[in-house]
Amino acid sequence: MIKYLAVIVSVVGLGMIFLPIVTGFHEAEQLSPLAAQYVEGSINDLETQNVVTSVIVTYRGLDTLGEVTVLFLATVGVGLLLKGTQEDRLLMPFSELLETTSSVLVAMIMVLGIYIFSHGHLTPGGGFQGGVVIASGFLLLLLASSGTKINHLVLNLVESVSGAAYVGIGAAGLVLAVGFLSPEILPLGDFGRLLSAGAIPVIYSLIGLKVGSELTSILVTMGGE
Amino acid sequence: MIPVIVIVLGIVMLGAAFAAIYFKSLLASIISAGVISLLASVLYLILGSPDVAMTEATIGSGLTTVVFLFALYRVRKGNPDD
Repeated sequence: MIKYLAVIVSVVGLGMIFLPIVTGFHEAEQLSPLAAQYVEGSINDLETQNVVTSVIVTYRGLDTLGEVTVLFLATVGVGLLLKGTQEDRLLMPFSELLETTSSVLVAMIMVLGIYIFSHGHLTPGGGFQGGVVIASGFLLLLLASSGTKINHLVLNLVESVSGAAYVGIGAAGLVLAVGFLSPEILPLGDFGRLLSAGAIPVIYSLIGLKVGSELTSILVTMGGE
Repeated sequence: MIPVIVIVLGIVMLGAAFAAIYFKSLLASIISAGVISLLASVLYLILGSPDVAMTEATIGSGLTTVVFLFALYRVRKGNPDD
């Protein structure tokens, strides 16, 4: 009884805290000054079509570096905890139909993932989304085809090289441009082209490779080999 | 039209959330948690943020579900009684 009372009291209390947010809500007529600055800067200064990407990679670039670091630590943790527990694979015998279809599908999924992260500055999407799509392609390979061997050395190499290159490009911005992770170290190009927006597509592609290899290694470690 | 879709999505998400808590089978709970993420990504798309929608659809409903399933499998293998 006391348990239910405590639950009800805490739910009502939480509701009271959120009530002013709901009652005081009014639709914004215009962008806040900071958001207007981001939108104008993204289009005029950085030649980036997708404003979200310019915020993630440049204006809030340090936060993204932190996010990538968190993901890296999570991968290391999973690898460390599940090390040496690799047993037989968790699956039944493979059907030929499944194997043939998956080998066709995997190629398309990989291309989609690469498209998502390399066009992050033009269309919605970017390194994180593209990386997860690539990891899901590897997951399909792991689940549907027999004899899939994922080379850990290649995964680790791609992961560490792209991570180091990301930080290296960020540091190059200190010397060649206005600050850490500044995209102006490469020519900005024309608005809306694939090769535009300076280093933003390069950084996002590196993030895509890093996220893809990290998540693939998590899936391989957890799913067993 | 859009407010109706948003309200229906919200109700279905709430239903899936309660289902995730009250299902007896852990497998069903994991899948209904994935359904919440999938509907949330549709909601984000309707509200005009395709970037967040893509992240939610790939990470929330795709990867997280698979990681939970793998974890469930490993836990079950450790305790065959459950």
